[in-house]
Amino acid sequence: MADMKIGAYICKGCGLGERLDCDELETIAKRDGKAQVARQHDFLCSADGLKTIQADIDNEGVNRVMIAACSRRAKSEAFNFDGVTISRANLREGVIWIRPDDDELRETTQEMAADYVRMGCAEAKYSTPPASAQEKGTNDTVLVVGGGITGMTAALEVARTGYPVHLVEKTGELGGAAAKMWKDVPRHSPYTDPVDTEVARLAAAIEADNRITVHLNSTITKTSGAPGRFSADISTESGNTVTENFGAIIQASGATPYDANQLPELSYGKSKDVVDRVELEQLAIAANGGPIKRPSDGKEVKKVTFIQCAGQRSDKEGHLNYCSGDCCLTSIKQAMYFKDQNPEIETEILFDDLRTPGAPGEDFYRSGQDKMITFRKGQVSEVVAGDGGPRVRFKDLILDEDLEEEADLVVLATGMVPNSGVDIDNVPQNEPGEWEVNVDSILNLNYRQGKDLPHLKYGFNDSHFICFPYETRRTGIYTCGPVRRPMDTQQAIEDATGAALKAIQALESAKIGRAAHPRSGDLSYPIFRKEGCTQCKRCTVECPFGAIDEDEKRYPLFNESRCRRCGTCMGACPVRVISFENYSVDTVGQQIKNCDIPEEFDEKPRILVLACENDAYPALDMAAQQGNSYSQWARVIPVRCLGSVNTIWITDALNSGYDGIVLMGCQKGDNYQCHFVKGSEMAHTRMSKIDDTLQTLNLEKERVATYEVAITDIDRAPQLINEMAETVNQIGLSPFKF
Amino acid sequence: MSYNQDMIEKYRGNFLKEVTDNVEEGDWVKMCMQCGVCSGSCPLGPHWEHPPQEIFMMIRANKREEVLESTSMWMCTSCYNCIARCPRGLPITHIMHGLATYSQRLGLAPQNQPTQKFANLFWKNLVKKGRVNELKLGLSLYFMNGFGEGIKTSLKMKDIGLNMLKTKRMSPMEYFGGHGCKDIKGLHAILKKAEELENARIGKSGS
Repeated sequence: MADMKIGAYICKGCGLGERLDCDELETIAKRDGKAQVARQHDFLCSADGLKTIQADIDNEGVNRVMIAACSRRAKSEAFNFDGVTISRANLREGVIWIRPDDDELRETTQEMAADYVRMGCAEAKYSTPPASAQEKGTNDTVLVVGGGITGMTAALEVARTGYPVHLVEKTGELGGAAAKMWKDVPRHSPYTDPVDTEVARLAAAIEADNRITVHLNSTITKTSGAPGRFSADISTESGNTVTENFGAIIQASGATPYDANQLPELSYGKSKDVVDRVELEQLAIAANGGPIKRPSDGKEVKKVTFIQCAGQRSDKEGHLNYCSGDCCLTSIKQAMYFKDQNPEIETEILFDDLRTPGAPGEDFYRSGQDKMITFRKGQVSEVVAGDGGPRVRFKDLILDEDLEEEADLVVLATGMVPNSGVDIDNVPQNEPGEWEVNVDSILNLNYRQGKDLPHLKYGFNDSHFICFPYETRRTGIYTCGPVRRPMDTQQAIEDATGAALKAIQALESAKIGRAAHPRSGDLSYPIFRKEGCTQCKRCTVECPFGAIDEDEKRYPLFNESRCRRCGTCMGACPVRVISFENYSVDTVGQQIKNCDIPEEFDEKPRILVLACENDAYPALDMAAQQGNSYSQWARVIPVRCLGSVNTIWITDALNSGYDGIVLMGCQKGDNYQCHFVKGSEMAHTRMSKIDDTLQTLNLEKERVATYEVAITDIDRAPQLINEMAETVNQIGLSPFKF
Repeated sequence: MSYNQDMIEKYRGNFLKEVTDNVEEGDWVKMCMQCGVCSGSCPLGPHWEHPPQEIFMMIRANKREEVLESTSMWMCTSCYNCIARCPRGLPITHIMHGLATYSQRLGLAPQNQPTQKFANLFWKNLVKKGRVNELKLGLSLYFMNGFGEGIKTSLKMKDIGLNMLKTKRMSPMEYFGGHGCKDIKGLHAILKKAEELENARIGKSGS
C-alpha cells in the first residue's frame, strides 16, 4: 500500500483515564508516532468505540491501526478490522495494572505508557497488511500409511467427512497387530470381558466405502511437496509404482512387538512353554474358545503365570527403557481367556507396578480380580526350564520372600517398538537429500532435513503428546497410534480420529494459504529477499519444521504451506533477508529504537524484555491481573517465538542504550513446551554466543539473560525482570546513552 | 474329623476361596490392589505381626496357617481409618474381625493373645445380663493373667476406683448380681436362635 496512514486510538476505560495523562499520549502519538489520526475514547471496545475506528478506516483512509488499550491478548475479536494492520500498545496489563497506583510513581508510569504508544506506532509504520500465502493447496485427498486398526480408523473417519482416502498397507491384508489377537480389551461399558477386535467390521466398512482406495503389499517410495500438494509414489512389492497427489498425510505405521529372544534369562527360546504375548494370542486363536494347550506337549494349561514388564522399563542393554502402556491390560485380558474358559485354572500375574490406563483400565482390572486372577507384586529374576513346566523364580515384594513356582505356561508381557523409520538426527547426509546409509524409511520424504519424521525419545516420532498431539514437525503429516507413543487399540482409535481431523484442517488451511497450527488462520508467510542471501543455509538447517528446502542454486526454497510462521528462520538469518509482512526485523527493531532512552544523569535505566507470546507474555499479563508488579524500567515486546529473535535486536538495543535485556522463551529439550518445538532451544543456543557481542561493546555479560518461562510462572516472570533491574542497579547504567 | 480338617479337605490349598466362602466380607479380599494405604493408615500398624495389606497377600499366597494363627487381626481396634481410606472400598475392619471370628471357630486363634482373651471376657460378661457389668469386666481384666498380677493392678488403680465410688460413677453393689436388661430371657432366646442359624449356615457350607 503506497499511502500509509496511521490511526492511533487511546482508550480511557478500565482506569486508564484516571491513571494516565491521555492528552499527552495523544500528542506523543501524533508528534513521535507520526499518527495522522489520533483519538481518545472513554470505552474503546464498546460498539461506539469500534465504530469510530471503522469510520476512520472507511472515510479517512486509515490503514495502520494502533490501539493503546489492553493487552493484545484481550479483546482480540473486537479489535479485528479487515484490510489493515493492527498493533497494540499494552497500557492496561503492561502499565497500570503491573505498577502500583502511587502519586510518587505517576511520572515513571506515564513514561512507560508513552513508550508503549511510541512503540505501537513504530510497529504500525513498519507493518503491511498480510495477504495470504502465494502457494495454495488444491488437493483434498488424504494418504493414510499403515492399515492397522489405527490406519483403518483414520481412513474411515476421513472418508466419513467426505474426503477421498488412499490407504497403503505393507502386508497383504488389513488389520495389523489387532488382526493377530483372539480378542481385545473392551472399548465400551461394561468393561468386564474381552470383546471382538472388530478388525473384520472395519475392513468390511473400508471395502464398502468407495471414497477409500486400498493399496495392499505396498510401501511409499517417495514423498514430496507440501500440505495441499503432496505427491507420493506408492510401490508394490512387484515394483509397480503409481504416483498420487495428496492434501495431507497420516502416518499410522504402528509398532513391532519387542523381540523376546533378547530375554534368555526368562528362558524364551529355551522352553517352548515360555511364550510372548503375541504367541499367546495365537494359542488362544488355535483353542478357539476351548481349553488353551501349551506348545511343548499339547497339555491343557492348568496354571499360567504372566510376567509383566518383560524386557521393559529397564536400563539393561537391549531392554526397552519405557513402559509400553498396554501390557498390563493385555495380560489381564489374556488371563481372562483362561478364567472365562475354566475358572479353576490358576492364573497369576507377577507385576511390579500395575498400571491400567485408559477408559476401561480400572474397571477391567477389577473385573480380573473378580474373576479370581491372582495379582502378585513380584520381581522375577529368572525362569528355568523344569520337567513339569517352566519354573519361575521371583521375589514377592509384599511378603519379602524369595520363591520358585512351577507353571504349565509362562507368558512374557513384552513391549512395543515404534515403526518410526529413519532417525534423521542420527543419519548423516552427504549432500541435501543424499543419505549416507540407506535404512528402511516409512515415508521416504525428499525434504532437505531428512526422509522421515524426526524422533523425540526412544524412537517414537515427535509429536507433543499433551499439548500438540498428532502434530509432527512436518506440517501436513500427522502421526497417530503407537508410532507416536505406546498405546493400546482403544487409544489408537481415538488417536486416529484426532489425526484425521488434523489432516483435514491442514489441507483446508493450505487451500486458502494460511497457517494450520499453532498460529491457526495466520495469513502472513515468510518473504525472502533473494538478492541479499549469502546461502549460509542457517534457515534451512534451523527451521524446526523442515519447511525450507534448497533450490538448484543452493538458495533457500520456502514451502509456504509447510511453514508454521514461527519466524525461527528470521531469527537465524545473519543478513536479515527473511521477514513477514506484519512481523519482521523492522517491526520489532523499530519498537526497540523508538523507546525513549533517558540520559545517563536521569538515572532511569531501560530494560528490554522480549517475551514469547505463547507462554511468557500471558504469564506477565496474568501477573498484572493478579496484582503483581515489576520494574518501571521494563519495556516488554512480545515475539512469536523466542526462536524468531534476531541477534541484531540485541546488538541494536545495547547500542541504543538499554541497560539490560531479558529474553523469555518456553521450556526446551525433550520435555519441551515450545510451541515451535525447537525455537526456544535455538534462541538459547544463539544467546549463549551473545557474550562475544557484549565483549566487543565492552559491556558486562550479566546485561543479557535468557530464561525458560512457563505460562504458570506468574510470580517468577516479574521476579526475573526485577532481578535484571537489581543487576543493572549494581553494575551501573549502560555507557551507550546519547 | 475336626471342623478345621473339614475345611482343609474341602479347599485343598485354595485359601482365597476358603476365605471368600467362609469369612464375613471375605469376598472382598481378591479386590485388594496392594497399595498399602491400609497398613500406612493403621494407628497400631507397627505393632501388627502382618499389616492388612500383607494379610491379604498371604491369603492369596495360600499361607493358611500363618494367617489364621496370626495375632494380627486381633490387634484391630475398629478405628475404621483403613475403611475410610481404602481406594478400592474394601471393608478392611470387618474383614479383620471376620478373619478373627473364623480362626476362633476353627480353633486356630492364638490362645494367649490379650485382646483375644479380652474379647472372650467381654462377650461372656455381656451375655450374662444383657448389659456390660463394668465392675466385673474391669476386675476380670485385672485378674486375666493370674492372681498376683491382679492384686498388683488393683492396688495401682485403687485411687481411680475410690474417686469413682465417691462421685457415684461406680457402685460396689454391682459385684453382687448387678443390673441387667429388661427381657434377659428374650435376649438369650435371640442369641440361641442366632447360634442355630449360624451353625446351620456353617454346617451347610462346611459339609
